[in-house]
Amino acid sequence: MLLTTENLGKRYERRGVAVDALRAVDLEIEERAFVAVTGPSGSGKTTLLLTLAGLLKPTAGRIRFRDKQLEGFSDAQWASFRHANLGFVMQNFSLVPYLSARENVTLPLAIAGSKGAAQKKRATELLERVGLGDRASHLPRELSAGQQQRVAIARALANEPALVLADEPTGNLDPALATDVLDLLRSLNEESGTAILMVTHSPEAARAGTHRVHIEDGLVVDASLQPA
Amino acid sequence: MNLAGVAWKELSHRRSSLVSGLVAITLGIAVIVGVRSVTVASEHAVAVKLDSLGANVLVLPQGATVDDYHTADIDAPTFPEEYVERMVTSALLGVENISPKLTRRLKVEGTPLVLTGILPDSEVASKPTWQLEGLEGATVEHVCSGKLGAHADPRLQRKVIDVLGEDECILGYEAAHRLNKREGDTIEVEGVKLTVNTVLSATGTVDDDRLFMHLHAMQEMLGIGAQVSAIEVMGCCEQISEGLLSKLRNVLPDTRVTGIAQIVSTQIETNRLMDKISWGILVIVLLVGGLSIGNYMWGNVTQRRREIGILRMLGARRARIIGLLLAKAIVLGIVGGLLGYALGTLVVTIMGPDTLGLQVRALPGWLGGSVLLAVTVAVLGSLLPAWLASRFDPSANMQEI
Repeated sequence: MLLTTENLGKRYERRGVAVDALRAVDLEIEERAFVAVTGPSGSGKTTLLLTLAGLLKPTAGRIRFRDKQLEGFSDAQWASFRHANLGFVMQNFSLVPYLSARENVTLPLAIAGSKGAAQKKRATELLERVGLGDRASHLPRELSAGQQQRVAIARALANEPALVLADEPTGNLDPALATDVLDLLRSLNEESGTAILMVTHSPEAARAGTHRVHIEDGLVVDASLQPA
Repeated sequence: MNLAGVAWKELSHRRSSLVSGLVAITLGIAVIVGVRSVTVASEHAVAVKLDSLGANVLVLPQGATVDDYHTADIDAPTFPEEYVERMVTSALLGVENISPKLTRRLKVEGTPLVLTGILPDSEVASKPTWQLEGLEGATVEHVCSGKLGAHADPRLQRKVIDVLGEDECILGYEAAHRLNKREGDTIEVEGVKLTVNTVLSATGTVDDDRLFMHLHAMQEMLGIGAQVSAIEVMGCCEQISEGLLSKLRNVLPDTRVTGIAQIVSTQIETNRLMDKISWGILVIVLLVGGLSIGNYMWGNVTQRRREIGILRMLGARRARIIGLLLAKAIVLGIVGGLLGYALGTLVVTIMGPDTLGLQVRALPGWLGGSVLLAVTVAVLGSLLPAWLASRFDPSANMQEI
């Protein structure tokens, strides 16, 4: 099993009022799975994704990644864990505006301290793989929304992660571009075996996943994780 | 690419906001370099003026009066010439030249004159008029600041007289006029015939009435043995301020050692005031510059909150974020330090002669110090913003719609 959660909970304090964003979530995500997490706005989808990445601290429950218990990790341990095992694709693309497409893709490699030539080679390969080999030196503002999301996908794969966390990856794209990005994610999942956990409120996008989880009001209402 | 590369890219990308960050640090360093350059030029200028007065320390017998520094040797009691040897062997720092003198009022060919015996190889051609008379000799080695050799500034170079023979004399302007003597004429003093080597130009001082002759010839002529009435010393101003006079008193306890106290103390006070101003400005620059840089960096990290979130999301540890921001501060410090040094130096060297009446020179030794100071200020000012940036919640980036 790649990732397991037991009774995962997250409670916020907002203006003195306690809000349960996640309530006793139990999940099991297999290696090479493509899981689509669906649910209405405010249902806790993004909170689940942030908690699994260590970007939010759970207030209850356990998280296991392969043979590691993660819930007690320090900030530095979470940083190393994210760097070694996770890739991210965000709705807002999360590209650094003053870095070229290639430099954005090399960011995870730069953090790892790999050498310049190796970084460039890897970034070029990934950009070619997502169909942007000829746009490597372009800044994000010189690329279309779909192209920017492709750069973000290439960056997510730079460190060969076991799991890519995608938060509404098609949220800012028109339907045609959204289909392209979903096709790309699916092919990467199939070809490289990288597991994907994709949060989306779009039923069309959710159909790209091999497995589905539906969340409402912080509760998993469909946790079968059966192949779609 | 590494994280320093990311810092550099960000600096290039936001050049306009970089300017505001650079201005504070550049101006601060420029002010420090400017004040320091003026201080050094001022010290140098005062040293030149002080030196133009020639010998600035006078050693007299205990009973001598010193109402007038320039006539104190006249009619003074005598003390042994051997005191000169004592001073030389005590190897006091800051003593550039020692000139023993014997002075007596005498009538020469019926004319009252001040007769002064000097040693030609040690008498300093210190008075401006003397140097115009062609009394050239060996250059006095400059020992101030522990550096031997001739002074780099020609205005500070000194010569000793080595052209006065035991049967020769030098006449002051008035003395020559009253005796009606010219160069090459012969004078009879107490039965000794002397040839006039040089007639000095008018100085407006008691020197105009003096007849200078060889000290040893005068001692023999007067039959008083190896006695002198005064020893003139050229002391470095710096060493005088550090207690040269009291050290001389220790070496020669039964003498009266006096300096041109007023001039020396004014010089010392001016230098100390300038030093205090330099330090005061340094403290102000550290505070204002640090706060300005801190303010700029805080604005910058707030602007970069999303980028910092991205880096944290991708696995950068907090220490790397702090390092990234401090790398930027270091670049700012280096550029600001170089620009500040150039600006400060340029302004005071251009404006110095007209506004301050000083020839201000660049201080190359301060270039490294300027950069180091600017980097220190920039890093100190950036520490808190960098630390706070490392605590940014990275999830804010991911939740942004």
